Amino acid sequence: MTVPAPVPASAAAPTVTPAPSTRRPGPRLRTPRPGTGGRGRKSPLLTVLTTLVLVYALVPLVWLLINATKTQADLFSSFGLWFGDSFALWDNVQATLAYDDGVFVRWFVNTVLYVVLGAGGATFLAVLGGYALAKFDFPGKRGVFAVVIGAVAVPGTALAVPTFLMFSQMGLTNTPWAVIVPSLISPFGLYLMWTFAAEAIPGELLEAARIDGAGEFRTFFRVSLPLLAPGIVTVLLFTTVATWNNYFLPLIMLRDSSWYPLTLGLNAWNAQAATAGGEAIFNLVITGALLTILPLVVAFLFLQRFWQSGLAAGSVKE
Amino acid sequence: MTTTSPPTTASTNPVAHRAGRRRWTGWMFVGPFMAVFTLVFLAPIAYSLYLSVFRTQMVGGTQFVGLDNYARALGDPQFWDGVARVGLFLVVQVPIMLGIALLVALALDSGRLYGTSFFRISIFMPYAVPAVVATLMWGFMYGTRFGLVGNLNDLLGTSLPNPLSPDLVLASIGNIVTWEFVGYNMLIFYSALRVVPHSLYEAAEIDGAGQWRVITAIKLPAIRGALVIATIFSIIGSFQLFNEPSILQSLAPNAITTSFTPNLYAYSLSFSGQQYNYSATVAIIMGLITMVVAYVVQLRGMRKEA
Repeated sequence: MTVPAPVPASAAAPTVTPAPSTRRPGPRLRTPRPGTGGRGRKSPLLTVLTTLVLVYALVPLVWLLINATKTQADLFSSFGLWFGDSFALWDNVQATLAYDDGVFVRWFVNTVLYVVLGAGGATFLAVLGGYALAKFDFPGKRGVFAVVIGAVAVPGTALAVPTFLMFSQMGLTNTPWAVIVPSLISPFGLYLMWTFAAEAIPGELLEAARIDGAGEFRTFFRVSLPLLAPGIVTVLLFTTVATWNNYFLPLIMLRDSSWYPLTLGLNAWNAQAATAGGEAIFNLVITGALLTILPLVVAFLFLQRFWQSGLAAGSVKE
Repeated sequence: MTTTSPPTTASTNPVAHRAGRRRWTGWMFVGPFMAVFTLVFLAPIAYSLYLSVFRTQMVGGTQFVGLDNYARALGDPQFWDGVARVGLFLVVQVPIMLGIALLVALALDSGRLYGTSFFRISIFMPYAVPAVVATLMWGFMYGTRFGLVGNLNDLLGTSLPNPLSPDLVLASIGNIVTWEFVGYNMLIFYSALRVVPHSLYEAAEIDGAGQWRVITAIKLPAIRGALVIATIFSIIGSFQLFNEPSILQSLAPNAITTSFTPNLYAYSLSFSGQQYNYSATVAIIMGLITMVVAYVVQLRGMRKEA
């Protein structure tokens, strides 16, 4: 296992020259830079070309929104990208929430639980680990990174089968822990945090804190953590998306549908139409899908100014 | 793990002394991550390796079989069909996806678009959609019964090929994956472009470089690291293809077999066939193939400074 870590030059030898753009999120990023080689003239042609990609990205979401307003009969009889005869959105939402004794609400609560504990814990561990990799020299540092990067390449199923067998021997399968514990590790989050911390925290600042007699943990919480905030938000966003969208892990670990997250529940509803004697509830699948993506879309719109600055860290600088 | 740390000399030099005292403090921070990592990554990998050299049979129980399982996998046409399928997927889908992502990132960064931030957030939006929802959505739209393809056929009186037919289903999956991740990769490239030092552009302008020259000589080399990382993550993702074909199975049962991708095969072996030992072997071989390819890409990507 000797996988050299893809270390950006700035992280391998942290030369502390934090550009203002990575230190101050928000407003600065929203002001367009004066011409990057061009004269800043707006280009209609470029706008049209990018609009093609935009349409591609949004058409399925528009389709989902429109079709969530249709009854099941309308789904089959009306044109996909236009409204049906009836406007049944509220009926659909009510039916989705009420179906099978309100199991959808239960799945929603489960998903939130997995996200809060899984993504929150994953972010916490990634922040601590990334900080250590960026700012400390300790025995086995390169080894830690090689192992983590190497492990990322191992397919999920390679881990899933033995993890399932291990957890079932511990009696953890079919409990929330079987979903939460594996979610706690985000190698990508660790990598992001490492590159971010390497640039966001000047070494001199840590030296100063130590000379003033602050302990390592106090230095971390009082000096480093505030500087890491934009990076933390970015990692939190990625781990939240990962746990919210997780499908494979719960698919293996959970048999009892009362512990399902939303993704697994929707798939079960969809598969129901194909089973003998199962009731086809495509309108509920579509409405449920809309309700599933809504919270994340809202979170994206509100947090978008943060991940800009977080992601920009780790790019190679002058 | 071999560690190569310089031996600490008990010197009176305060700097050396302080470095010595701090040598292990890093572990206080990285320790928790590594502890959980050991439990959910390293232990299962070790257990996989252990499983792969045994065989469990109804008659005779579990016995050590050495590399028999590996020999079986290497001669298993179902496994290699799956590998070839994800290989083809990788060669076609990854360049298309990263190409579109790069073009959009360059367009956004050029500052010559109307409504840059609206484009950025909208094109990134599909990343917020779970694979299950994305696959169900596209799956419904692909449908000839009440999907868009069916609508178009009715409208134009054509008979468009069924996207869920065995011949086309891989391309249809490629489209779903592209849709899910094009915005995510675009954002990674765009973020890397935003921190290119402005002085370079000023120098280029003084030298009279045109738009195209600025892109090839400044922008692309500057985001090389981001390009390599995105490529590696996309390759790993392609080899691990599971969610989309697994969910599409209920909509296209004839087109997607239980060994459609290596991961689907390993999953079916375990959870429908109870063949844990062979399943672990298939997964390990796939992991090795993935690591080799990712490693080669990284070496090539980082080798020559353009």
